[in-house]
Amino acid sequence: MDVQLKRGLLDVCVLAAIKNEDSYGYKIIKDLKPYVELSESTLYTILKRLETSNMLTVRTVEHDGRLRKYYHITDEGLARIEEFKMEWDGIMSIYRFIARGDEQ
Amino acid sequence: MNKHEFLAQLRNGLSGLPRKDIEDRLTFYSEMIDDRMEEGYSEEESVEAVGTVDEIVEQIIAETPFTRIAKERIKPKRELEKWEIALIVISFPIWFSLAIVAVAVVLSIYVLLLATFLLLWIVFATLVALSVASVVTGSVVLFSEPLTGVAVYGIALASAGLSIFMFFGCKVATKCILKLSKDLAVWIKNLFIKKEVA
Repeated sequence: MDVQLKRGLLDVCVLAAIKNEDSYGYKIIKDLKPYVELSESTLYTILKRLETSNMLTVRTVEHDGRLRKYYHITDEGLARIEEFKMEWDGIMSIYRFIARGDEQ
Repeated sequence: MNKHEFLAQLRNGLSGLPRKDIEDRLTFYSEMIDDRMEEGYSEEESVEAVGTVDEIVEQIIAETPFTRIAKERIKPKRELEKWEIALIVISFPIWFSLAIVAVAVVLSIYVLLLATFLLLWIVFATLVALSVASVVTGSVVLFSEPLTGVAVYGIALASAGLSIFMFFGCKVATKCILKLSKDLAVWIKNLFIKKEVA
């Protein structure tokens, strides 16, 4: 898949994984597993990028005598998901046009 | 490998990066391993699932901007003595020109490769143009001079055939040059990263 396209998709996937409740690294990987295989290193890069662009915030919580980072989606992050869905509507209509060409 | 060894090796592999980057990464991987162990995986399995140190280090170096690595490398680990500063200033004409030469050599090798790669595509384009032109010329002279016309058609066929071969060659060359650019970037960055003996 095109690198740029995939990067954009993965960013939104991670945002979607923390949309309903704050989550942590390993849980994000597990939740996304049925849909997309994400390595630790890739996830780290995505989380950093999303944090830098204010799509999410990080807080450190004590858990079982150690520290764990929880990621919380911001309004900008939520807006990004909505924006993505709108963009995808456009892409889907192009897809339908292309697929129709196949049938003829 | 246990978690402690893994993190120590990772720290060593990343030792050229800014301290904060290293700590961030280590915290992240440490948490990942702990979370897996909490779920019932053994320490060994949890470390393995995160990936090998070499792979992780290579990916991190590829992703870290060169300026960030160079800045960290150039920053002295301690205050320099006055005589050291004087020495650096006095020897400036020597080390600076050496550095320029080194950069120039690497750059020119790369430019040479780029030029070769461009040349391949140009030959390809020329062959395509030649076959199109030959078809046109052949059609024009076919009736007045049938022999020449057929010969020119032959040229068209030959160059079209060659251009198909060239196309695949060029595709491979493009792939190689892209991979080479990436490897070169990692290699240069690696030069700046001090590797301690593990």
